[in-house]
Amino acid sequence: MKPVIDSIKGIVKDIREKITKNETPSVFMPIRSLQNVSYDLKEGYFKLLGREKERTLTANTVKTFAQTLLMMKESKGLVETDDIATKREMYYISKNWGDAMFKEQPESDSVMDDIEGMLTVNREQMGFVPGEHGGAVAGELIVVDKDSETGKPIKIDCTKMGSGAYSVPSSVEHLKFETKAKFVLAIETAGMFERLNKHKFWKKNNCIIISLSGVPTRACRRFIRKLNEEQKLPVYVFTDGDPYGFFSIYRTLKVGSGNAAHINKYFCVPDAKFIGITPQDIIDYKLPTHPLKEVDKKKIKDVIKNDPFCKAHKEWQKALQALAKMGKRCEQQALAKHGLNYVISDYLPKKLKDQKSWLP
Amino acid sequence: MKKGGDNMAQMKLAESTGTTKAHEMAKKQREISVAEFFAKNRHLLGFDNPKKALLTTIKEAVDNSLDACEDANMLPEICVEVIQMNEKRFKVIIEDNGPGIVKSQVPKIFAKLLYGSKFHTLKQQRGQQGIGISASVMYGQLTTGKPAKITSKIAPEKPASYFELQIDTQTNKPEIIKEAQTEWNKKTGTKIELDLEASYSKGSQSIDAYLKQTAIVNPHVTIIYTNPKAEQIIFPRAIDSMPKEAKEIKPHPYGVELGVLMKMLAVSPARTLQSFLTTEFTRVSSSVAKEICEKSKLLPNTKPRKISRDGSEKIIDAINSTKIMNPPTDCISPIGFEALEKGLKKEIKAEFYCSTTRPPSVYRGNPFVIEAAMAYGGDMPGDKSIRIMRYANRVPLQYQQSACASANAIMHTNFRNYGLQQSRNSIPVGPMTLVIHMASVWVPFTSESKEAIAHYPEIIKEVKLAIQECGRLLASYVMKKKRLHKELKKRGYIEKYIPHVAKAIKEILALTKEEEESIETDLKKMLEQTRGKIKSIEAENVEYDEEFAKIGSKNAELELHEVDESNDEKEGGDEK
Repeated sequence: MKPVIDSIKGIVKDIREKITKNETPSVFMPIRSLQNVSYDLKEGYFKLLGREKERTLTANTVKTFAQTLLMMKESKGLVETDDIATKREMYYISKNWGDAMFKEQPESDSVMDDIEGMLTVNREQMGFVPGEHGGAVAGELIVVDKDSETGKPIKIDCTKMGSGAYSVPSSVEHLKFETKAKFVLAIETAGMFERLNKHKFWKKNNCIIISLSGVPTRACRRFIRKLNEEQKLPVYVFTDGDPYGFFSIYRTLKVGSGNAAHINKYFCVPDAKFIGITPQDIIDYKLPTHPLKEVDKKKIKDVIKNDPFCKAHKEWQKALQALAKMGKRCEQQALAKHGLNYVISDYLPKKLKDQKSWLP
Repeated sequence: MKKGGDNMAQMKLAESTGTTKAHEMAKKQREISVAEFFAKNRHLLGFDNPKKALLTTIKEAVDNSLDACEDANMLPEICVEVIQMNEKRFKVIIEDNGPGIVKSQVPKIFAKLLYGSKFHTLKQQRGQQGIGISASVMYGQLTTGKPAKITSKIAPEKPASYFELQIDTQTNKPEIIKEAQTEWNKKTGTKIELDLEASYSKGSQSIDAYLKQTAIVNPHVTIIYTNPKAEQIIFPRAIDSMPKEAKEIKPHPYGVELGVLMKMLAVSPARTLQSFLTTEFTRVSSSVAKEICEKSKLLPNTKPRKISRDGSEKIIDAINSTKIMNPPTDCISPIGFEALEKGLKKEIKAEFYCSTTRPPSVYRGNPFVIEAAMAYGGDMPGDKSIRIMRYANRVPLQYQQSACASANAIMHTNFRNYGLQQSRNSIPVGPMTLVIHMASVWVPFTSESKEAIAHYPEIIKEVKLAIQECGRLLASYVMKKKRLHKELKKRGYIEKYIPHVAKAIKEILALTKEEEESIETDLKKMLEQTRGKIKSIEAENVEYDEEFAKIGSKNAELELHEVDESNDEKEGGDEK
């Protein structure tokens, strides 16, 4: 028996016992928000504070309660048959539930996150996998995977992907690496990744480049963490100079998120360093900018007030305040102002050398 | 403007010959009698069309009867009979048990316009001007050529006097066609019989509706009504006591206009201005009178007759800058919010009722009271404008709703707060009936036909306040109803989702069908227990009278027609 099935059965047994004792059943799950995480520099990631919310079965909660139990039932089935379902597929499975079906996928995702927290596992263990791919990889790395039919190892050389790239699979736990690279460079946009890949930036600098394409997926975060932990490679992150790049992309990669805090321990990269566009860069490199959007301003305020990671790092507070003061944001492609390959020839080499221009 | 050059030449010519245009015109210029004026402008009195003429005639007669009975402190019992003579001609007979009319006064009261006791008094009563009934007589005479027949008896032991009357429209004087003594098997009372051109129909502006609405707000009255279909409807008296007597009051200084004041000064028997002010007006004490004299720079012992126009103007200014107590309010006899609500309940099946009587207020020196009652929900249609029932001094107002001050107040009250739909400044839409009653010593109608109340800001404000008072109660009811709705919806959730909970538990724990069912029943019981019982919040209406509610409605008309047709067939068959 797999541990996930045991926990599911345990929770449901409790519920049933309460019902027979004529007590109102309830389930407990961690509160999924930044309010419920702490950040300790030594630990290096957002740690769950252990505050829980109780979902008691009442007329108001009966629908979600039913959906939670129904999804646990589906999860049990998946694990038992060793099958998987994407979040989107889970949403469609619910269409068999009659009145209890989900109307939109976000409802389904939210219930899934709740169960994940309730069981303190990650959703892959429950048989649920993300639908999106995990990120693109190129450079001095050989990934050792398994053939799904024969079980024989397959070696994938990431220097031989041509103009394409190796795509991180949704589950990375079984992967092994062979590499002589000196560092990993994680890049926010696919466009910038293309440029670096086309000009073989990784060859000249003996590194691995990974495209995050926005907020990194769990698989991508775990993939980078494994490279960092198992191969002892330093990780540098190159994003836009805006609150989204700083605190949605970089912060999530480095210390995890408040939403799925119970998995942060395995999905964080505490060693990561920020070498993306800083407010100081905007001035030093005279970069073209855009005005901050309303959501950006809101996010800056919210982060300064609530984000434990920001609270722990004066440098980040200063950077955000500087950005707010300028009222500007800057994309990484803005470096093209100084020539298309300025980023390869000047910006990145200079940045990598000059530790003082990094942010923690 | 066109009269330029050509006419100038003509006029010069005329001047030289001694027959100017003005002379010529002077031949045509003569006094217009009130009667002639109203004969031409009958719409001003409510005789615009045959349907309305019938209503106005009955309304004027009934109003007079009720006023007379109440003045004499007698419980009114009124018989109204409408007989259809031919397609366009009707005979109406209205008979009361009132004090009767002194023989010498009968001709003037029924056949002289602007004659009566009410115009010169400030007292809450139905009639005001002394036009109504004589106008009906005139209308009957103009459309049928027949005189009005009046019978009146003032004491049980005396015989009744009988008149056949017409109006000389040129002189506005009564013409007595026939005068006689007659026996009348009645203690006292007055009866009028009129022939007139009219048309009879049902609906909200019908005689049936008028009589019903009158009965609703006059619970001390018995009305016996025989309609043109020879069906008798009796609205029996509900209370055996007279309404509180409305006292006559002197005018309040705040309402007095210059012309009126000058006239009062000229005819007053008072010898000094001081005594004029204290005796001719209400709420003027000797100290207030002194203050007015001081402010108008006139000596208190000035003879009223000697006061000039300028002096009068000064007095008006002085009055307006002096603080004078509001007029006494015992001159007003409101229906009372309980009686109003009771009447509404009889008529309308709703889920919520409320009513209010506002404290007395004053417009132009005239005290008045606004009362409102509201019925909400139930069988009323939710997609139509609300129904408004207006009354002034206990008389239903059935025409010109949109010209009435109450309509204005309704349009400028926000009904959306009370859960109704309303576009900006218009009559709200929703399941509601709203009753507005104005009681006053002088109801300011927009015309002599007494259909709409004039737009005095004080009146509009009071109507709005009365609506808002009721509205607040309604809003809290609507809120409660919404909560109840939500509660029912939540209970629906239990029914809907508990089976899913039970099914999921069964499948995860591999239970039997029986175990699943017991989980389901246990859970349902558990959840429903915690929610408590639902109480009904709808008003129970024991007053509602379905037959009564049908009177005067269009639906009732349809039914009557159906009955008629079957009767006709029967009769036809008999003849064969």
